[in-house]
Amino acid sequence: MDGWPILSTLIFLPLAGAALIALLSGPHAASNARWIALWTTLVNFAISLVLWWMFDPAKAGFQFVETAPWLAETILYRVGVDGISLPFILLTTFLLPLCILASWESIEERVGEYMIAFLVLETLVIGVFAALDLVLFYLFFEGGLIPMFLIIGIWGGPRRVYAAFKFFLYTLLGSLLMLVALMAMYLQAGTTDIVALLKHDFPPEMQTWLWLAFFASFAVKLPMWPVHTWLPDAHVEAPTAGSVILAGILLKLGGYGFVRFSLPMFPDASIDFAPLMFALSVIAIVYTSLVALMQEDVKKLIAYSSVAHMGFVTLGLFSLNRQGVDGAVMQMISHGFISAALFLCVGVVYDRMHTREIKAYGGLANRMPIFAAVFMIFTMGNVGLPGTSGFVGEFLSLMGAFQASTTFAIIATLGVILSAAYALWLYARVIFGELDKPALAAIPDMNAREISILAPLILATLGFGVYPKPIFDLTTVSVEQVLADHKANIQAEHASPPTIRAGAPLTIAPASAKPQGKDGHGADDHGASDHSEPEAPATAPVPAPAPEIPPATPAPQPTP
Amino acid sequence: MLYELIVFLPLAGALIAGLFGRALGEHGAEITATLLLCIAAVLSAFAFYDVAILGNAKTVVIANFITSGDMVVDWSLRIDTLTAVMLVVVNGVSSLVHIYSIGYMHEDEARPRFFAYLSLFTFAMLMLVTSDNFVQMFFGWEGVGLASYLLIGFWFKKPSANAAAMKAFIVNRVGDFGFALGIFGVFFLFGSLEFKTVFDAAQAKSGAVFTFAGFELNALTTICLLLFMGACGKSAQFLLHTWLPDAMEGPTPVSALIHAATMVTAGVFLVCRCSPMFEYAPDALAVVTIVGATTAFFAATVGLFQNDIKRVIAYSTCSQLGYMFFAAGVSAYEAAMFHLFTHAFFKALLFLGAGSVIHALHHEQDMRQMGAIWRKVPLTWGLMLIGTLALTGFPGLSGYFSKDAIIESAYAAQSQVGTYAFVLSVAAAAMTSFYSWRLAFMTFHGPRRGDPHVLDEAHESPWVMVGPLVLLAIGAVAAGVVFAEYFIGHHRADFWRGAIFVSDAHKALLDEIHEVPKWVKYAPLVAMVIGLGFAYYFYIVNPALSARMAARQGPLYQFLYNKWYFDELYDAIFVRPAKWLGRLFWKGGDGWLIDGFGPNGIAARVLDTTAQAVRLQSGYVYWYAFVMLIGVTVAISYLLTVSPGAP
Repeated sequence: MDGWPILSTLIFLPLAGAALIALLSGPHAASNARWIALWTTLVNFAISLVLWWMFDPAKAGFQFVETAPWLAETILYRVGVDGISLPFILLTTFLLPLCILASWESIEERVGEYMIAFLVLETLVIGVFAALDLVLFYLFFEGGLIPMFLIIGIWGGPRRVYAAFKFFLYTLLGSLLMLVALMAMYLQAGTTDIVALLKHDFPPEMQTWLWLAFFASFAVKLPMWPVHTWLPDAHVEAPTAGSVILAGILLKLGGYGFVRFSLPMFPDASIDFAPLMFALSVIAIVYTSLVALMQEDVKKLIAYSSVAHMGFVTLGLFSLNRQGVDGAVMQMISHGFISAALFLCVGVVYDRMHTREIKAYGGLANRMPIFAAVFMIFTMGNVGLPGTSGFVGEFLSLMGAFQASTTFAIIATLGVILSAAYALWLYARVIFGELDKPALAAIPDMNAREISILAPLILATLGFGVYPKPIFDLTTVSVEQVLADHKANIQAEHASPPTIRAGAPLTIAPASAKPQGKDGHGADDHGASDHSEPEAPATAPVPAPAPEIPPATPAPQPTP
Repeated sequence: MLYELIVFLPLAGALIAGLFGRALGEHGAEITATLLLCIAAVLSAFAFYDVAILGNAKTVVIANFITSGDMVVDWSLRIDTLTAVMLVVVNGVSSLVHIYSIGYMHEDEARPRFFAYLSLFTFAMLMLVTSDNFVQMFFGWEGVGLASYLLIGFWFKKPSANAAAMKAFIVNRVGDFGFALGIFGVFFLFGSLEFKTVFDAAQAKSGAVFTFAGFELNALTTICLLLFMGACGKSAQFLLHTWLPDAMEGPTPVSALIHAATMVTAGVFLVCRCSPMFEYAPDALAVVTIVGATTAFFAATVGLFQNDIKRVIAYSTCSQLGYMFFAAGVSAYEAAMFHLFTHAFFKALLFLGAGSVIHALHHEQDMRQMGAIWRKVPLTWGLMLIGTLALTGFPGLSGYFSKDAIIESAYAAQSQVGTYAFVLSVAAAAMTSFYSWRLAFMTFHGPRRGDPHVLDEAHESPWVMVGPLVLLAIGAVAAGVVFAEYFIGHHRADFWRGAIFVSDAHKALLDEIHEVPKWVKYAPLVAMVIGLGFAYYFYIVNPALSARMAARQGPLYQFLYNKWYFDELYDAIFVRPAKWLGRLFWKGGDGWLIDGFGPNGIAARVLDTTAQAVRLQSGYVYWYAFVMLIGVTVAISYLLTVSPGAP
């Protein structure tokens, strides 16, 4: 791609802003640092919108690809975006100005360093989503955690040491394993170019190990049960904006990793491990929802609900079908808005009361009607109410999962009941009731700054909830590509389609003519013709894998 | 344009009242929302004429909603006779309730919020009834659930209102769990979520089988039962009914609109809408019949001895919804819709009348504190009597046409489940008559039981409240005789025009009800008279006896008064175990097992051997960065030196 290197600009502009802040000194350094950070992130957001506008969603593969010599002949600086990474980049640039604004008054010490940490974080996270080289990806991926550690460790709450330490222990294991896997991949394929690796066939046996190594890293980031326990502690100790970035963006790195690497590069292993992923996802959804129910700390409750929502992401991804993957991507974007907003809402009351104890609140609707309305919108988003973006992702993920395995889908759908229970209970305890606690008697409603932070998130949550097409327009072709790569790389022994292989105790007849495809090609790409069989099933060709096909009864059976 | 206006004017009203309520003032907000709804109601009447009478059904596509591979879902408005009936019911009752609320809520400062919720509810309900696919229906379905939650908890300072609101939402979610799975199943089986595509293919798929956990289940039956589970939640049917009586914590106009006339009938609408699927799933229909009939009976028994005026009507609603369901279950969908239609009038009338009484008595809802006030509130009294007569099926009034048609079709179905429904529904009719007249007698007649000052000060409500009652009373009187021929008469096919599908085997059912034996025809009437007789004896002739009986608290009375102990049961088997599990997973799973053997265990080891525990905080971060960079360096050096040749 010739012309202006827009992607590199997007990646390194925040770093330039950070450098500028580092040079500041004098009495107004703190204030200037805030303004520089805000403008940098706003300009970056504007650039990312230009990128969105220039992006051609109809084209498969990567766009705006930039290549530059770097470490070695084979290890280049390669960046580019496709329809899956672009939404995450947009999410990042969208959330960062909000984070800066949210820290405007609550951070008073070491403001410059704080802003630098956020700007560096933005560089690294955009880098992760744009990287097209394994080594580059790894650097950005792991590097992004350093500013996060600092944000928790320096500006965090009283138990920040414990939280940062826990975070560290979990991630260390995953990253080392991933590093080994990256080396093995290079040795096998002879390149670190992600585009080339997407077409490379890894031997099935090797895939298993590579998949597990990547899994170790992504599962911790996401996080999946049972490696999730760092998240509630990290959230509780992190400052508000730290939680926003952590929940809104950093958790998505794991999901993004699964889509970018595990599914297309290790398809055989992905199929083999799908039942495991399903089981862990379903446990995450039910288990953490129940745990969320019993929390006494607002932030912990939302953190646990995040784990449950990420369960829908892995569930959708490893359905290995169109609706599942679409749903997972949508769920990640949507969770970026909703969880970010929920943590911002907590920040609003935390800044006033300096406590996260649910018990310390109650009856806020009496004095904070605007806050009550805003918090209601995001509570409903968290519950996955149709009309919010949370619904679209959750619904499609479950739809995909249902086609792969009814049993797991049914258990996962229990999440819709449990999420309503914990979210509404939290809301009722904080917002409803009499305002009888003396400490709350003078609590003011949201101010203009707080409203302006949450308003864009409301628009995004409701807008994409009612009309998610802009996001699907971006992702459609790329999701198709991922699934096509996934299918193309499946080796002979896995000829049977994933919908049956994914541990599904479910087959369907006569509709199960589906997987084999009637038009001759076995790999029915996105199943466009799956359901177009003749209306009289008696004449339909009998599909091989269907266990038993009872004769269709076209005549209605009268009630006995 | 007509249909867009009908659906989106209430949304506009909700947004204006909700966002600009402060700027407009309380009065401005309520007038705006009410006016927009009245326009929508008038337009709905036109739509009804155009679609149901003239036969101009159509579908208007507004925009794409979700496209994911084969799954294409649009925002669209499907207007056929079934929808047109619902449009009239929803917008008609809603506009009257809006007007009534101007009077009923006039002391409340949060009126803009109240009217915003009411209009929002109406919008969601309209999206539900106009949808042409399962997802938009689910949107409306959950949307009305949200509005119901907000309105039940409208007086958010009351803990009981909050608890009731939460219960309503969560119990509905249990139903929606089934509904959602049903939708997934529909897509799996039919590859589409659009009503037309699905319904056209229903017959062909009627033999399909799900193999689930080793069992072979008929796919269509399973899907229908899952959808019906959603219907049970929304329509408060047996086992998922517990939220409806508690929902009476909301303001009374809300009870009239949401918990009597419209939202709770959504489940009936769903079954009728999906009649092309249910018709090919006879086992599912049998379940619908049994659940419906059981609810009709069960709710009537509980309604017998409740003392809260609104709760009596709530159980009555629950029971009447049961009638509608078993009508659908025996394939008399038209009769179900007809009862839905007439019930909207007389039940909204009864609720708003009860609201008028409550208003007159300064928010007293306990019937034991009422009595002998009919002279004080003559209009309310007269109108509520009309409602009571219509509900109990007095000949000539609307309930007589619709309810008797249902009871007769249960008999005419000539099936075991039909007989079950017939027997229970006749018994329920007697109880309906008893509790309805008990309510009327305890409230308006008999001895004065409450605070004499309150009773003396009782006053008739203003016209803004009585006016809507009069209109509803006209409907309660006339809806039956005017519309019976259209809904369930011999030419009903010309009215419904395929909006309801009845298979050939069941087609003649509604004609056969005219040939049932004489005793079947008279059974509901006799039941009504018996109920009236008992109520008259216990509450007019000998009120002391009923008071003594209630005071003695026999076991049957206790059992019925405590609603068959369902709340206690659910608390014991669902709520408490969920909390117990949550605590176990949190403290035992996360805390003891995972953290104990994971990071905390390692941390303890590390701390044992580390002397410099003081600077942990930043030290670990740097160490981490260091390890990562060393790792990369090692990796790259290794790759550069040992590299296996060119790619």
